[in-house]
Amino acid sequence: MAVTLNINGEDKQVDAAEGTPLLWVLRDHLQMTGTKFGCGVAQCGACTVHVDGFPTRACVTPHDALEGAAITTIEGKEGAAADAIRSAWEAADVPQCGYCQSGQIMAAVALLEENASPSDDDIDNAMSGNICRCATYMSIRRAIKDAATRL
Amino acid sequence: MFLENINVIPKQGEPAPSVSGPAVISNLSRRGFVGLSGALVLGVGLAGCSSGEEAETPVAKAGPSPLTEVKGGDATPSLWISIADTGAVAITCHRSEMGQQVWTAMAQIVADELEADWDDVEIVQALGHPKYGDQNTDGSRSVRYNFHRLRVAGAAMRTMLERAAAQQWNANVADCRAELGEVLHTASGQRASYGELAAAASQLQVPAEDEIVLKTRDQWRYINKEIPSRTVPKIIRGEGEFGIDVQRPNMVYAVVARPPQVFGGIGTVDDSAALEVPGVLQTVRLPDPAPPALFQPLGGVAVIGTDTWAAIQGRNALDVQWTDGPNADYESGAFEQAMMETARAEGAVRRNRGDTYAALEAAETRLASEYYAPHLSQSPMEPPCATAEWTGDTLECWACVQDPQTTRATLAQLLGIEPDNITVHATWLGGAFGRKSKPDFVAEAAMIAREIGRPVKVTWTREDEVRHGYYHSVSAQRLEAGLDADGNCTAFLHRTVFPPIGSTFAPGLATPTDGEMGLGATDTPFATPNLRVESGDAEAHLRIGWLRSVSNIYHVFAVQSFAAELAVAAGRDQKDYLLELIGEPRTLDPNAEGATYPNYDASIEEYPIETGRLSNVLNIAADMAGWGRDMPEGHGIGLAVHRSFLSYVATAVEVAVDADGNLTIPGVWLAVDAGTVVNPRHVRAQMEGGVIYGLSNALYGEISARDGAVIQDNFPNWRVMRMEEAPRAFEVEIVESNTAPAGVGEPGTPPAAPALTNAIYNATGLRIRRLPILGPNGRRLSLGDAQET
Repeated sequence: MAVTLNINGEDKQVDAAEGTPLLWVLRDHLQMTGTKFGCGVAQCGACTVHVDGFPTRACVTPHDALEGAAITTIEGKEGAAADAIRSAWEAADVPQCGYCQSGQIMAAVALLEENASPSDDDIDNAMSGNICRCATYMSIRRAIKDAATRL
Repeated sequence: MFLENINVIPKQGEPAPSVSGPAVISNLSRRGFVGLSGALVLGVGLAGCSSGEEAETPVAKAGPSPLTEVKGGDATPSLWISIADTGAVAITCHRSEMGQQVWTAMAQIVADELEADWDDVEIVQALGHPKYGDQNTDGSRSVRYNFHRLRVAGAAMRTMLERAAAQQWNANVADCRAELGEVLHTASGQRASYGELAAAASQLQVPAEDEIVLKTRDQWRYINKEIPSRTVPKIIRGEGEFGIDVQRPNMVYAVVARPPQVFGGIGTVDDSAALEVPGVLQTVRLPDPAPPALFQPLGGVAVIGTDTWAAIQGRNALDVQWTDGPNADYESGAFEQAMMETARAEGAVRRNRGDTYAALEAAETRLASEYYAPHLSQSPMEPPCATAEWTGDTLECWACVQDPQTTRATLAQLLGIEPDNITVHATWLGGAFGRKSKPDFVAEAAMIAREIGRPVKVTWTREDEVRHGYYHSVSAQRLEAGLDADGNCTAFLHRTVFPPIGSTFAPGLATPTDGEMGLGATDTPFATPNLRVESGDAEAHLRIGWLRSVSNIYHVFAVQSFAAELAVAAGRDQKDYLLELIGEPRTLDPNAEGATYPNYDASIEEYPIETGRLSNVLNIAADMAGWGRDMPEGHGIGLAVHRSFLSYVATAVEVAVDADGNLTIPGVWLAVDAGTVVNPRHVRAQMEGGVIYGLSNALYGEISARDGAVIQDNFPNWRVMRMEEAPRAFEVEIVESNTAPAGVGEPGTPPAAPALTNAIYNATGLRIRRLPILGPNGRRLSLGDAQET
């Protein structure tokens, strides 16, 4: 069933089976592989995208429920908070393997867009849905604070 | 029928082919190599088995000349470095990038000696091929194996560029100096860029060894500096290609339903409902494996779809009746009891000093403790994933593999194809931790691609990864000690029982191997007059494999916990007592006490066990943590120290436990002596990651089996540490050292668990001897079990 999805400001025609999660539409149909698969059950955050500005787990969100919504992925996320987060990530080499970092960045940008000066507790609350097995947690905490100063 | 003749590839802790051999540098420029005209291209060969050395450089012992022109046209280009006429420098990296920043490290080493401008340097990932020497990216040894040869290669290239400039200018080469991508004539101020000089340099002979001068440490521009990662700029934009991201024209997607038991069988398969699922194209039955497991696929049924979701839905709709195999009775609780019984009886002697049993009998005080640690899953965030394309004659694969060369050899054996007809591309790895050194998932993709005649990507879901892994081994250990009237340790007995990794390669192998025993058991550094290490047999019922720091995890948990228990029994300070156990600074050779100790494939002369370095990092970490300071109620600090992968790491962990048993970790302090360090920033990151990996496993990690099948399946019941649990304070100190480079990817992990459990004891009086501490559902410690402190 063909639907139209607005992704990173562009309308895209997608013809995937009913109920197919956005994650697999992005990755397998649109070849937008920046959004990652980690668990498939909304437990790890690797697939985090923004839907109308809210961090959303693409692995459990049916794509056909998103007609009319503004979907933003790591490839298309721009703005002051995104710039600040990317700069801070690069300045400190936050990623190790980098696989979870698309989701980490999308979660961190959403936090910073809502709270320009997050505390450690704010960061822990916003970021604990995103697992990193390389354990960049300490580095992420420092970098989000650094990003706040760059805003 | 599969893989019966494949050679077991030596892994960490096992004897390995010598790989830190001389850098045989050859000039490949005239072969039109890599299609670069006017370029200077050097090959870094890996022939021979010892390496060269210059005076103050921390390298392996001197051997034959490291710089030999490779003779004849059959000299296969191997690792190569090129400078194009544009000045662009390309460096092949034959090791897999999995977050340890090996791309950056390799580039730092070459670019420094080459005097390249960092911005001109690009990394090219090598294919899997024997010509690259050892590509097995495990064992924390990429820098150790390649530091010297890459320095020599960079310096040889620099020398050729200087000579080319001197010829052009009719100048004395001694007056020509390379600097940041240019050669400068010091007297006249004339300059020429590397790009301008590349063609002329390519006509020159590679300089002889004694004509090359490596930089002194104070001249290093990139080595030992905090150079930014080469991968991060792509990662922050969602670019860069991981195994799961590979796309091929006309590609389809597959997931596999695998037997719940290793070597379990398939009774009946009804795929009619699966084939009704929209997007499902077909199913493919994979061959049943026969023992030993090796890197064979586990068998089962693949479901092929037009996208990954269709394949997953199709798999859910499969009706498969699995049948029991030889591991059907495996049950973790009963196995734990059986292993512990084995640990209570005298085992095979693996190292012996003095007469430990007599000294135990004669001791004023005798102590015994038993420790258990469960199976673990590596669980990198990117699950195993591979794409394969079969043309009828050739096979091409793209996959997140730690060892593309073993992948190629495995595919050749399993599919009966000449290795020369197989191309294996190592993508970036979204974490690995040992899982991706086993290419069973690539073999699945290759078999399916051949069967269906289309490019196919096989994705492992998280459930697949947790339930069908090559698991960290389960272990039971019993430690005994005798103390004299003053509390000094006079006898130390360590018995360890675990199914060995060798069981994956040899059916029925149940005796722990020397390699595994050398990971925290036979290398115990204690100076006690009587010391005995024994092993007991245990048969494997799951596939056993490497996981970050391997047997060090359970051995160091037991030994460093027991050391703290002895201090308590002796009424002594735990740090002081541990320092006394380690004893005076000396070098230690377990081989002299009956052990067969592989020393991480390094010679014990080149990389001795130096107890002074152990004590040094322990003192530093304790000082960083403020050992001995007044602690708030419910707080405690624990210490642990260990040498692994030739590096010395001490860790101090602070815990806070409230009256209800809620546990937090406010701080971690770590000191590491890894010899010469290429990138301090990335070493710190590896220490942070290694510690959290160890803490996560110790707190929550348990893979267990019932009826032969793994029970856990995804992060809800296979719990891992999250941001909110990560310490707010985490400090790493790197000891300055001029000694040879040692490992950093794994050594951060082993001390983490005992430092944590020692801290819990010091905070609460609760001594943890069975891991995990909390388990997947646990939220609180059971303080009712605590002793009075």
